[in-house]
Order: sequence, then C-alpha cells, then structure tokens
Amino acid sequence: MKLKVLIPIIAVLLLLAMIVPTVIVTLSQQADGVTPPESEGEGGISISVQGPKIYLTIEALEGFFLGVLANPITQTTVTLLVATVLLITVAYFINRSLKKRPGGFQVVVEKLVNMLYGLVEDTMGKHNLKFAPYIGTIFLSSIVCTLLGTTQVFRSATADLSVTVAWALVTSGMVWYTSIKNFGFKSWLKGFAEPIWLMTPMNIVSEIAQPLSMAFRHFGNVAGGSVLTTLIYAALALVSNLILGWIPGLISSIPFFQTGIPAFLSLYFDLFSGFVQAFVFSLLTMVYVAGANPPPEEYTSPKGDEE
Amino acid sequence: MTDAAFRALAAGLCMGIGAIGPAIGEGNAVSKALEAMARQPEMAGTLRTNMILGCAITETTGIYSLVVALLLMFIKI
Repeated sequence: MKLKVLIPIIAVLLLLAMIVPTVIVTLSQQADGVTPPESEGEGGISISVQGPKIYLTIEALEGFFLGVLANPITQTTVTLLVATVLLITVAYFINRSLKKRPGGFQVVVEKLVNMLYGLVEDTMGKHNLKFAPYIGTIFLSSIVCTLLGTTQVFRSATADLSVTVAWALVTSGMVWYTSIKNFGFKSWLKGFAEPIWLMTPMNIVSEIAQPLSMAFRHFGNVAGGSVLTTLIYAALALVSNLILGWIPGLISSIPFFQTGIPAFLSLYFDLFSGFVQAFVFSLLTMVYVAGANPPPEEYTSPKGDEE
Repeated sequence: MTDAAFRALAAGLCMGIGAIGPAIGEGNAVSKALEAMARQPEMAGTLRTNMILGCAITETTGIYSLVVALLLMFIKI
C-alpha cells in the first residue's frame, strides 16, 4: 500500500469516526422520542457538570468514619485501573523484546529513558539518581490518566482532587522521610524554627501549602479543561441548531458543528496542558526531594559520623 | 436578584479579578525570557522550557480562582 494511497483513506476513516457516532446518537434519540431536556432556566443550554460518578460502595461500611471506609468505586478508580494496566502491559512487552541490537522502537524508548535520567541528574544531582524511576512513574501515570479523559469513555483521573492530593502527599511524604533519615528527627523539627523561632508558624504553613498547591494546580488545570470542553460542546450544539435549524426534518437535528472544532481545543487543553502539568508536577517533586537530600559530602548524616 | 444570579455574578468577578495577577506575572516572565533568548539564541532551548515551567507555576493562583468560580457555578448548595 503506497503511502500516498494510505493517507487519504486514514483521513476519511477518521472523519467518519468523528461524524458517525454523533449521527447515531442523534438518530437513536430521535427514534425513542428523547427531546433534549428543557433546562430549568429561561431556555438556556442545559449542562450538567458533576464530579466522578460513584458506581458502587460497600453499603455495610458506609456509616463509619465519614464513609471513607466504604471505599466508593468511582469513575476515577476505573480510570486509574485502566491506566495502571495499560502502563504495566506496555512496560512488560517492552522489557520482553529488549535485544542487543535495538530495533527502531527500542531506540526511541532508550532515548526517552536517557532523557529522564539526564533530567533527574540535572535537577537532583548524581547522588539522587535512585529517585528517577519514581519520577518517571509519576510523569507517565499523570499523562496517561489525563489523556484517558479525551476518550470520552473514561473520566480523566487527575480531574479528581483525591488523586492529585494523594500524589502530592506521596511527594511530601518522601521529602519528610528522607530529611528525617538524613538529618535525624531533632534537626528536622529544628528546621521549622529556621532563621528565628518567630518564623515557625510561617514554616509550618509553607510545609502544608507545598502539597496543596501542587495538588490544586494539577487538578485545576485538568478539571477546568474538561469543564470548558463540555461547555463548548453544548455551545456548538446550540450553534448548529441555530444555523441548520431551518432545514425541515432530520438533518437539522444532527449537530454537525460538534465534530471538528472541539478537537483543536482539546489539543490545547488535554494534550498541551496535560504534558505541562505532568512535567511541572514531576519537576516540583524533584526539586522538593532534592532539597531534602543534599550531596553526601555536604553533611555528616547522624549514623555515618565516624566515616 | 435570585440565588443563581448572585452565584453567576460572584463566579464572574472571581474569575475576572483572579486572572489579572497571573496575566501580569506571566507577561513579565515571557518578556524576560524573550529578551534572554534574543541576547543568547543558543540558550533558547533551556530558556523555553524554564519559561513554560515558570508560566505554569505562576498560573497556579489563576487556577485557584478558576476552581472557585467553577465550584460557584456548578455546585448546587
């Protein structure tokens, strides 16, 4: 199949893949007489924006401890599961097919891993290279979780505070654990009363603000992006009704405008800001953890005094 | 003014005012980065990534006001 023939076919297929579902959905709505629900306002667009839907909870444990133990399975947990399975299978197949003389795909993977280790070495220093796998995991899982939202089948996991706050707390946990391990508990506590003891409340607030700001930044970007995309979908449906509405019969009810235009917006909201947010999150993790792990020659860790 | 009207007004003001600060901050960051790129074109690569990172981090407060505005608009209290 010559490339010149292949590309137009793929283009047509993609175009059909965009238009056909919209047509089917509208036809099915027409068939069983579903008219778009009248919004309670003065006939504006009816948009429903909610958090992740809860599929099932363990009813028995719902009463205890604010229902936290009920462990609700929500859309986010489903996306997280899919993302994990996706990453593990890809990693498994890549590892299985590693060869001495690398094939094309392996060269790309090696380049990516080298870039990751180079970045970690630049940001955290050579002695902290042991954190590189974790940074890579956070980066990849953040991207996959955000991009799964574009499939409209799943809801992007990072558009849910519980995921981003959890990741941010893991980062803070790493910072606290390593600084206690390196400097000892007493000096970690003393660290809060840095320049003068009057600064202690400020230091404590900044210690809490670190994870929260990381979590809210990532969540705000992704959730804001998905809400705006929903709004624009609804607006385009309205526009296509206004412009195509006068055609009698079936054609006017198919929102043609919804097919092409949102793709460009999701290019910015999902792809670009997804990558930037994942990069910002992993870079901040690196910077915070590197702050707690200075190069060994600069300090004598409590255990290794006699070296 | 019904409850929804107050809510919409508050969301608009929150997002509007919340966007002023990050916009100015990012403007400064990008202008300084462009000056540096003009002065040293060979450093353009690293300058660009640091500029994007700086912009992403200055945007945080704007995103906080966006989240508050979204909550105001879509959470039925």
